[in-house]
Amino acid sequence: MTSPAPVIVATDLVKRYGDFTAVDGISFEVAPGESFGLLGPNGAGKSTTMRMLGAVSTRTSGGLQILGLDPDRNGPDIRARLGVVPQQDNLDTELRVRDNIVVYGRYFGLKHRELGPKADALLEFAQLTDKAKAKVDELSGGMKRRLTIARALVNDPRILLLDEPTTGLDPQARHILWDRLFRLKEQGTTLVLTTHYMDEAEQLADRLVVVDKGAIMAEGAPASLIREHSSREVLEVRFGSDRNVEVAERIRGAGERVEVLPDRILIYAEDGERELVQLTDAGFAPITSLVRRASLEDVFLRLTGRTLIE
Amino acid sequence: MSAVVTAAEEAVAAGRLPRRLGSWFVFEHHVRAMRAYRWTVITTAIGTPLAYLFAFGVGLGTLISGNVGPAGPSGQLTYLEFVAPALLATAGMLVASEEWMFGILLGFKWNPYFTGMHATPLSPRQIITGKFLHAGLRMLIVCVTYFVVMAAFGAVPSAWGVLTIACGLLCGYAFSPIAAYSASITDDKGQFAILNRVVLLPLSLFSGTLFPLSTLPIAVQWLGWISPLWHASELGRQFSYGPTEPIWVTALRVLYLLALAVLGWALTVRVATRRLTR
Repeated sequence: MTSPAPVIVATDLVKRYGDFTAVDGISFEVAPGESFGLLGPNGAGKSTTMRMLGAVSTRTSGGLQILGLDPDRNGPDIRARLGVVPQQDNLDTELRVRDNIVVYGRYFGLKHRELGPKADALLEFAQLTDKAKAKVDELSGGMKRRLTIARALVNDPRILLLDEPTTGLDPQARHILWDRLFRLKEQGTTLVLTTHYMDEAEQLADRLVVVDKGAIMAEGAPASLIREHSSREVLEVRFGSDRNVEVAERIRGAGERVEVLPDRILIYAEDGERELVQLTDAGFAPITSLVRRASLEDVFLRLTGRTLIE
Repeated sequence: MSAVVTAAEEAVAAGRLPRRLGSWFVFEHHVRAMRAYRWTVITTAIGTPLAYLFAFGVGLGTLISGNVGPAGPSGQLTYLEFVAPALLATAGMLVASEEWMFGILLGFKWNPYFTGMHATPLSPRQIITGKFLHAGLRMLIVCVTYFVVMAAFGAVPSAWGVLTIACGLLCGYAFSPIAAYSASITDDKGQFAILNRVVLLPLSLFSGTLFPLSTLPIAVQWLGWISPLWHASELGRQFSYGPTEPIWVTALRVLYLLALAVLGWALTVRVATRRLTR
């Protein structure tokens, strides 16, 4: 058995705007049914990459194959099989909630009679059935996102592209959205998402690339990336912003590695609790302390020297 | 040969219908959205001709007897008959300009649904063409209503006068280069208010609409010569009570208006393509 042909193949993909290089030679593949993430801070080139994957933005150089086709030549055909959830909602506010899905479905050439039941099913999936006749502006941020996702599914896409799907949403709305996306994943939809939230990447992505300044810093499953680039646990201690640097100098040797951030010190170790005990035994008295599992945030910090959300 | 359909073949098949009918789908979208502001469409379509024809044709018309340019074959020409085709063309210009300005920038910026459309199989050309079709429908509604009211006022001597509707549409489309400008706007700094006050309003005064262009000093007559509104108004007059000019002049007017319309569409497609595929 050969493995199924990848649905996305990017080779040395570059996008330049004048002198500015937004995407600087990235390469990756996405297999059918996979859930693939691009994790990186704002301005890393994730959205630009997504626009190229969405066959709307033309690449400056490099190779790109989506569903076996070149977006420069077969843009409309590729887009016919994609679902796109952009970072900025672009629902038509002059249309009612349900009409947004129907009108969108028409763009794919779907017939009116099949679109009626389809729109109802998608509203059900997005938990918006009772809002079918509402105006778009009456919806909350989370509902608008769910409607945008429902709209993106109207053509039963092979690949669903999600650009920062939960940015700006409150925790509850994020969890509802994750639940919906998880269901799609279970149904076998290929998901490609960008995020600067490491918890989102951990929740939704089977495999991800860490992107910074238009280039890929690391690639792998969330758990293996953490294993590779971080210790198992992290001890976070705060001594006050004016003392953190000074204290960090004196505890340099603690754990496997010490990182100083403006507001806290991170001590990477296999056993965070033990590090804390050693620290207090040595006479250090942090204002607050926290032991947690290492996350993708730590991987990013390790790889770039910066935090994801600045 | 394998009967298995590859992802690529499936995509090409799925793209076939939108490639062919995309502009129509965009048009459908805009028509559906019109439901939200249908009462504005209906009341302005009926109210505007009533108000203008009454004020200019009946009110002002009683003061003006003659000096309204050459009459047609009948040898008689009232002010109402003179002014009506120009008012219809002006209405076409106004409703179209609204679409060329606000309709275009709405889709690119205020409610960026053009971006949403472009994420589907639709091409920038289809998105713009669909918008142009919709603007045509809005012009058609306004111009047909205008014509009906004109006829009710007894302002259309000739049966050919029905073609003033087409002149109104042509006039509106001839202003479509504005759409290309709107599509290029990224920062909304009140450009449309300036465009309205500095270009469109003066143009409607110096385009031989309310009085013949020939009554103006020669120094400002050139404004009328380049104005699509003057050509559309004169064209309407040819059908409504003319002919009052050689046929080749009429043909030139049609060509001029058509050329501007095609130019406006092509430029808008170009600007939109650049903006959407950036």
